[in-house]
Amino acid sequence: MDKVKSSKDWDLIIKGSTSLFDLKFNDLWKYRDLLLLFVKRDFVSFYKQTVLGPLWFFIQPLFTTIIFSFAFGNLAGISTDGLPKYLFYLTGITSWNYFSDCLTKTSTVFKDNASIFGKVYFPRLIMPLSIVVSNLIRFGVQLLLMVLMMVYFYWFPVSGTSFQLTNGLFLFPFLVLLMALLGLGLGLIITAMTTKYRDLTFLVTFGVQLLMYSTTVIYPLSYAKAKGYGFIVELNPMTGIIECFRYAFLGKGEFTLGSLSYSIIFTLIVLVLGIVIFNKTEKNFVDTI
Amino acid sequence: MEKPVIQVENLSKAYQIGQIGTGTISKDFERFWQTKILRKEDPYLKIGQTNDRSVKGTSNIVWSLKDINFEVNTGDAVGIIGKNGAGKSTLLKLLSRVTSPTTGEIKVKGRISSLLEVGTGFHPELSGRENIYLNGAILGMSKSEITRKLDEIIDFSGVERYIDTPVKRYSSGMYVRLAFAVAAHLESEILIVDEVLAVGDAEFQKKCLNKMGDISIGEGRTVLFVSHNMSAVNTLCNKGIVLENGTIAFNGTIENSIDFYLKNNSNNAHKKWENNQQPTSDFFKLLEVSVLDKNSRVSLNHLISNEVCIEFIYEVLKDNQFFTHGFNLFNNQNIHILSSHDKDSNNLITPVSKGVYKIKVVIPGNFLAEGEYNCSFAIMRYNPFHVEFHEMEVVGFNIIDEIGGNTVRGNYTGKFPGLVRPLLNWK
Repeated sequence: MDKVKSSKDWDLIIKGSTSLFDLKFNDLWKYRDLLLLFVKRDFVSFYKQTVLGPLWFFIQPLFTTIIFSFAFGNLAGISTDGLPKYLFYLTGITSWNYFSDCLTKTSTVFKDNASIFGKVYFPRLIMPLSIVVSNLIRFGVQLLLMVLMMVYFYWFPVSGTSFQLTNGLFLFPFLVLLMALLGLGLGLIITAMTTKYRDLTFLVTFGVQLLMYSTTVIYPLSYAKAKGYGFIVELNPMTGIIECFRYAFLGKGEFTLGSLSYSIIFTLIVLVLGIVIFNKTEKNFVDTI
Repeated sequence: MEKPVIQVENLSKAYQIGQIGTGTISKDFERFWQTKILRKEDPYLKIGQTNDRSVKGTSNIVWSLKDINFEVNTGDAVGIIGKNGAGKSTLLKLLSRVTSPTTGEIKVKGRISSLLEVGTGFHPELSGRENIYLNGAILGMSKSEITRKLDEIIDFSGVERYIDTPVKRYSSGMYVRLAFAVAAHLESEILIVDEVLAVGDAEFQKKCLNKMGDISIGEGRTVLFVSHNMSAVNTLCNKGIVLENGTIAFNGTIENSIDFYLKNNSNNAHKKWENNQQPTSDFFKLLEVSVLDKNSRVSLNHLISNEVCIEFIYEVLKDNQFFTHGFNLFNNQNIHILSSHDKDSNNLITPVSKGVYKIKVVIPGNFLAEGEYNCSFAIMRYNPFHVEFHEMEVVGFNIIDEIGGNTVRGNYTGKFPGLVRPLLNWK
């Protein structure tokens, strides 16, 4: 038997340490069917829930919007850039919810799927990717609510407010992608770290809440700038995305190429970092979780 | 010339034992500093320790596998045998890429699928058909591949009538059938199977064993099979690997491997645990077990016509306990021969206080067949039924055959089949 074999003779070499950037994207492609089936699973189990299940998706943003309008609009009197209050908050909440869902759900991927991951191999990245895609269902429901409210305010306008659709709508798919990838990237970093340091999960739950207040969900960027805090708010990469989102649907908001580019660059860095760390962790996390 | 499809070289896997948690940030940092910045050896990895659980290690890292080397050729069915903790599961996990090796590598030719569990990823809300797709995809099949095999899978599972019912309505038997059916139709060249056959009814188990046989012998695919069931390993495999404390103790044909394993796993008629090593539960601690002959002497070998007495000495750690004793007997094929409990025990009626106690069970002569046996010991309670303590393989003994008027065999000298050999009345 010839002992000298080049690595080409083998289809797969399992070893301890591999290159940091060996991200196995072709493996990922081979398992694309699995991704779709996971999404389908989430979709079907979503439909097979009780009647109230999907309804919650409506109730949560609706009530949040009402409370925000009352607390920040009426009581605190924060301006909404001349937009109908409900619409202003709902656009912010809808986009923020999608981002935070992607973040929080992917940040527990290792913990939630430890039993599957412990029994069978498939590219682990499939799981967070499927979560991000599945979250589109909820996002879609909330978007529907938003559109319904836009139609309502179109027929029954509130005096002193106006809104209009803009050609920024062409950017809509791109904005969704950006939110998904930003949430995914951050989630991947956190899930990789929680396999070792469990206390991080607590940080995520209230950290995401706090982060919302540092971006333009409850106040417009122009208001923050007028108060002299514009630069802090613009540090949050979601600010550029939410402003652009609001501009696309309502025609108001500070949509600049600069802030959007900042968001894009931030997202790409976080995403690459997240995937690298995730891949590094996936190999041995079963031993520690 | 046979070609290896799996080649394992210097494979090792270290596990950290004890607490892995917040306290490790500083250690992690130190390790990072020593290995990555100073390029020194890992200060927390002590090489040369074997994974012997009866000896307390000095470091909190154990080698579950150490410097394993072997090759598997196309079409081989390899049985991996060894005691609990010998490293079987770790080897399977490494082969199936669930976790990665600490050092060394495994080279694989062809697709590899692993079955460490049946029905991984089954979702209770989905129908049988949907779960076939999901489970198949998790195991590495593409959608078109599953569609092609769907009829075959449904047919094999025997749950055709309920294929569009959510699996949460399935009985556990149907669930397992469906799950195994998916796994059995994987098209990979190499299949890694853990003891998943220990499920389902006897008929289905037989079907699974046949299917496994077809896969390795009929279709010429490579199978790695881990089991405690020596008869299943013996029928399915042609090669064997015996693992002991994380190293390969024997590698050869399956017959020789089983022989080696049994010889090395030789029974021990007397066991007395060291302090702190005793198997313990909430209120119970097993101290000493002996197999005695009729003269109350410790003895490993017993003639088939003689009774065998097993004596258990234990300590009760808390006052006011109600319980009774039980034991299970297994033969060297790990077939469960019998189970018995002390159903009239006084301990069930009057509470037992702290102290050391002794209990004996007598297995009559002319009852067991010749061979090697080992037994487990259990402590349980009724109403509600609760097993407080169960320790496997506490002691073992051998039954030696004899010929003569006093035995079942009488004067017949040929091969005598049967798991037990009780003396029965013929009228």
